[in-house]
Amino acid sequence: MANILLKPVELLGRSLTISWQTFVLFTEELGRIMLLLCSTIKQLILPPLELKNTFKQVVEIGIKSLPVVLITAVFTGMVLALQSYTGFKRFNAEVMVGTVVALSITRELGPVLTGLIVAGRAGAAMAAELGTMRVTEQIDALETLATNPVKYLIVPRFIAGTIILPSLTVIADIIGIIGGFFVTVTVLGANSSVYWRRTWDYLETSDIYNGLIKACFFGASIAIISCYKGFYTSGGAEGVGKATTGAVVLSSMTILISDYFLSAWLFK
Amino acid sequence: MIEIVDLYKAFGRNHVLRGANLKIEKGESMVVIGGSGSGKSVLIKHIIGTLKPDSGSILIDGADIAKLSENELYETRKRFGMLFQMAALFDSMKVWENVAFALMRHGKLKEKDAKEIASEKLRMVGLIGVEDIMPSELSGGMKKRVGLARAIAHSPEILLYDEPTTGLDPIMADAINDLIIEMKQKLSVTSVAITHDMHSAYKIADRIAMLYEGRIIATGTPDEIKNTDNATVRQFITGSAVGPIKIEGVTA
Repeated sequence: MANILLKPVELLGRSLTISWQTFVLFTEELGRIMLLLCSTIKQLILPPLELKNTFKQVVEIGIKSLPVVLITAVFTGMVLALQSYTGFKRFNAEVMVGTVVALSITRELGPVLTGLIVAGRAGAAMAAELGTMRVTEQIDALETLATNPVKYLIVPRFIAGTIILPSLTVIADIIGIIGGFFVTVTVLGANSSVYWRRTWDYLETSDIYNGLIKACFFGASIAIISCYKGFYTSGGAEGVGKATTGAVVLSSMTILISDYFLSAWLFK
Repeated sequence: MIEIVDLYKAFGRNHVLRGANLKIEKGESMVVIGGSGSGKSVLIKHIIGTLKPDSGSILIDGADIAKLSENELYETRKRFGMLFQMAALFDSMKVWENVAFALMRHGKLKEKDAKEIASEKLRMVGLIGVEDIMPSELSGGMKKRVGLARAIAHSPEILLYDEPTTGLDPIMADAINDLIIEMKQKLSVTSVAITHDMHSAYKIADRIAMLYEGRIIATGTPDEIKNTDNATVRQFITGSAVGPIKIEGVTA
């Protein structure tokens, strides 16, 4: 009898302990990421600039992510137009489709979807590359060759991530709006000048640059989180796999969660 | 001169080094022997300052490497060269770029000059015509040679070898031993190697030190070590499973 009564208490205790441990681990990890961010910023300020490496990373992250970003943006714009057109038609508000597409893309979907794509593509690549370098002692080799690995490996990725994500977002914004226009005008047969007028009338420059501020933040987060996961990899091939998955999951979560708070702050 | 004084290092509850003391004279070739997991790698990582001791000091010509500022530490590291167990070549760079890495980064050499020096260093380790290939295309023994060329490229005063012969066939291993001896003679460097390959240790060492349970329990010339009456050392060098050294996780 006593056992049956105590069982729920025991379970509660166990789950509390596990939650607490998870919380502690999460806080520890967050702290270590912040420390890495601090030393990255310090190395970023100190000369010399890692121009060659940074350029390489810009190409790696930017150019290679571009096709996926383009496809995602154009189809997102198209489906947005399609859905809002059929929805708005029910209360005769089809003319607002241009506005809805433009606002949704510039404020939310442009930066967030681009961020998620870069997290999945470039974030995973960063974690895997740095993780492999760690487990094959290449990072130690850098140290013994009197080269600071944070400066040599992380700073270029951090700069590239921070500047590339807003650039990709600008392209995604434009392509998304064009995608929406294409569906509304050619497929659904709406008037093209009305679409453009509604787009420009209600779109403010703050919609665009606040979206780009978010993109900068997402880019910096993806880079520092993925580099952190890769840089502190241990445990061979399995460790590299874990680091890569961890980088994508944590970057994506960070994007989605911080997006809410950034939106609440930026679009007051 | 390298002097390790009372070095302690623990990882969590695992106390790896427990008061290690070792003196390595200038120009000497020191080989540290010890079983797997005895802390040899931890010891060598302290010498080059990639690990910081819990207590104790590592003096390089009198200066404690653990107390240097970040900049001083990186400056001091320019005096070192290190050959890693799996060579640790940068797999995103060509062979010559690996070898010339420190030269281009610190020496501000032009690409053409750096490549020339890289070719010369590669010739020193017996490699010709591999400059423009990627490390992934090399065999294990060739990787080690390239690793050695990279370690000597910036003319260091101290060379560290992490298990230089591990994973190589006996002939290739002996060729690496010969190279280590050649490096010492040609470049008059101080060298520190860690290994559990006794054949290699006898061949390349001026002196051998044995690391056991976190301390250096014996030092001596190869002959002195061969004729030691220390039971632990004797068990290790003769490679016997029976003796004072207990194999971790195995009960007799």
